[in-house]
Amino acid sequence: MVKKSNGRLSSPQELEALRESIIKSRDSSQSCIVICGGTGCLALGAEGVIAGFKRELKERRLENKISLRVTGCPGFCERGPLVVIKPENILYQQVKAADVDEIVSATVKGSIIDRLLYVDPDTGKKITYESDVPFYKKQERLLLGSNSNIDPNVIEDYLALGGYAALAKTLSMKSEAVIAEVKKAGLRGRGGGGFPAAVKWETCRNAEGDTKYIICNCDEGDPGAFMDRSLMEGNPHSVLEGMVIGAYAIGGHEGYIYVRNEYPLAVKNARIAIEQAEKMGLLGENILGSGFDFSVTISRGGGAFVCGESTALMASLEGKVGEPRAKYVHTSEKGLWEQPTNLNNVETWANVPLIIKNGADWYAQIGSPGSKGTKIFSLVGRINNTGLIEVPMGVSLKDIIYGIGGGIPEGKKFKAVQTGGPSGGCIPEKLLDLPVDFDELDKAGSMMGSGGMIIMDENTCMVDIAKYFVNFLEGESCGKCLPCREGLKRMSQILTDITEGRGQEGDIELLERLSATLIDTSLCALGSTAPNPVLTTLRYFRDEYEAHIRDKRCPAGVCKELVTYSIDKEKCPGCGLCVKACPSEAITDMGKKKPVVLDQEKCIKCGACYDVCNLGAVIRK
Amino acid sequence: MKMVKLTINGQRIKAEEGTTILEAAQENNIYIPTLCHHEEVTPYGACRLCTVEITKNGRKRLVASCLYEVADGLKVITDSERIATNRKMLMELLLARCPNNKAVRDLAQKLGVDKTSFKLDDNDCMLCALCVRVCQEVVGVSAISLVNRGVNRAMATPYFEDSNVCIGCGSCAYVCPVDAIKFEDIGDTRHIYWPNNKMEFKLKKCSNCGRYFAPQAQLDYIIKKVGLDPDAFDKCPDCRD
Repeated sequence: MVKKSNGRLSSPQELEALRESIIKSRDSSQSCIVICGGTGCLALGAEGVIAGFKRELKERRLENKISLRVTGCPGFCERGPLVVIKPENILYQQVKAADVDEIVSATVKGSIIDRLLYVDPDTGKKITYESDVPFYKKQERLLLGSNSNIDPNVIEDYLALGGYAALAKTLSMKSEAVIAEVKKAGLRGRGGGGFPAAVKWETCRNAEGDTKYIICNCDEGDPGAFMDRSLMEGNPHSVLEGMVIGAYAIGGHEGYIYVRNEYPLAVKNARIAIEQAEKMGLLGENILGSGFDFSVTISRGGGAFVCGESTALMASLEGKVGEPRAKYVHTSEKGLWEQPTNLNNVETWANVPLIIKNGADWYAQIGSPGSKGTKIFSLVGRINNTGLIEVPMGVSLKDIIYGIGGGIPEGKKFKAVQTGGPSGGCIPEKLLDLPVDFDELDKAGSMMGSGGMIIMDENTCMVDIAKYFVNFLEGESCGKCLPCREGLKRMSQILTDITEGRGQEGDIELLERLSATLIDTSLCALGSTAPNPVLTTLRYFRDEYEAHIRDKRCPAGVCKELVTYSIDKEKCPGCGLCVKACPSEAITDMGKKKPVVLDQEKCIKCGACYDVCNLGAVIRK
Repeated sequence: MKMVKLTINGQRIKAEEGTTILEAAQENNIYIPTLCHHEEVTPYGACRLCTVEITKNGRKRLVASCLYEVADGLKVITDSERIATNRKMLMELLLARCPNNKAVRDLAQKLGVDKTSFKLDDNDCMLCALCVRVCQEVVGVSAISLVNRGVNRAMATPYFEDSNVCIGCGSCAYVCPVDAIKFEDIGDTRHIYWPNNKMEFKLKKCSNCGRYFAPQAQLDYIIKKVGLDPDAFDKCPDCRD
């Protein structure tokens, strides 16, 4: 098979031939040092480690013997920078630039560096191989699993894993059959709503209009969420492949990736992927010689949360102010520039090639009855294993938080988990057995959202948390409709009053009335879901609201205006630890064996003394 | 023109396809409160007071009647306990924003709201964007817009500075449903007062009676846009033939 002179593949056969030659040219027994170059590990110093490996391999003239691969995020951010030695899959965690020399030597020798291995906190034993780490072991990483085998800037890596085979298969199918396959698989949108993807595709396909647009939503704006960023950074070709398949099924020829500019690495990697795919004939005109054209353009967003909402995103894409409009006419019928438009988020698109390649039946056996496939979650907050995880839908919250997340740090007690981002809800301990899927989370008053999970421990005040999310949404509301703009402002005022000791009888009822109107009358989903954090905390932690309002007491000891610290004279031996810890010089050392004295005037209620005292001599009320 | 049949509060109604529930209701003298709607500009859906309940394919839901188009078989209820409760809450929010505004207070009273549960601010503008839409869609100059986001949203000229495209026509003041924009002509000058800034415009003097009758900038704009003779507005309307 001879490639065309312009380098573009002109048939599925040529793609397969290229794939074979790539696989053949690679020695799978050769050592490869894989290092995560995702944003999380970069923040932890991966850049210096990467540079170190490059230098070391060059200096020792090992470049032909040991390859180096900088990849996207494998998920275990808590332990980054992460290095995996392949083909054995030895995991080194928290690697520093100073460890590079030793790792290269050990790789040459075939030995293992004990001190860089992960220690299982449950057993105290060191774990050598990545797949044995409990964090990974309990996941099903259909999407994320590829990240560590792919340099996102090397299309050959994606092709070696079978990339674009689903596209080749698609091009031999009728477009209706592609939609039928996705429908049978039961793929639901991962962006938040959980709407069946194939139904949306079908509506768009059947909608009147000559031009149909395909959009990938990479505007991920939830605090603490980074699922889509990591997919776009780590495996942009899987997203592109999904988009081309969708475009073929719908009959679209122009696509956009709307990505927030705060995701520079995602922007860069998506751009490189588009160029590479176009060059190879996997994107652009006459894809794989099929006669089907589809091009993708990157549009960078300014980072407004509301621009994740489809109509606001489209307004922003058109160059207008990113404000939503009513969706009485669906965007799949009238969207971007008034044309039928199909929008899915990054993770939804990335699932599509898997469905086409492995078949709907294979896909539909993963997950729960109503929610098929896996879901990626970002696990953040008070959790031991902060990171990105992927599990089949239907697993319990308990399995995620304790099995994969490793539980709560410092032996603290779990209190709640916020799922679904700022407009999701707080789920309490009694619901930890809840299977995590679209419908069950809805029933619990929360939602799947795009997959953020913020874990909270016993030191969290639920009124304060509700205030935090409402304040976030207040700041991100576009301000167009009255209930969202004015309602969130008032909700924030009421919550602030409650946390600062000015709560009144009737505040809870007012919050509930206000919430009902936001739900009923807001223009878009930002407003109509905004009351969720308030309503779920009221539903599950009403007693905390009441304690704040009636007793002027914050049970978790978080709300400063409602907390006082004092010294228990009986218990205080005058050790002076709290004196040193106090940042405002409010505690005076009265000499050995004499209790310290706390000046309430100077106390800023930071709790440093409380945290540092081992004898329970600091009283918090 | 295709007509569709629907019911509003049980009353059978025929309406032109493509019109909104609000328009159909208004044509049939059925009252739906609204503050941000005006027939001359594109519906916007900001005040949400026109929320009604519809039943379509057996499913009930609340929609903004200024945006929702009529359809065959649609059942609309313009007032129910749920709608009334929501409208009252919206008015409470509006009353807290504009407690001293007469138009807001009057509408609140009409909807059964005489006080608000929230802390009082002191604004006149309720951000319905009618002024902005009229300036853009009817006048065609886009001198004013809504700036900032969320609670910081405000109606203003760019950067709160004097606009170099405003023609001083006063359409914004004319259309404002709550009189948050005012203008007055004093001597040879028109003063326009917006919630966040003000501007002055020189008025044209009638060559016949000597009366100052319209901003020079507005007349220049019309002459240019319509392609009139430069002397077309030498005289005031009264002195013209």
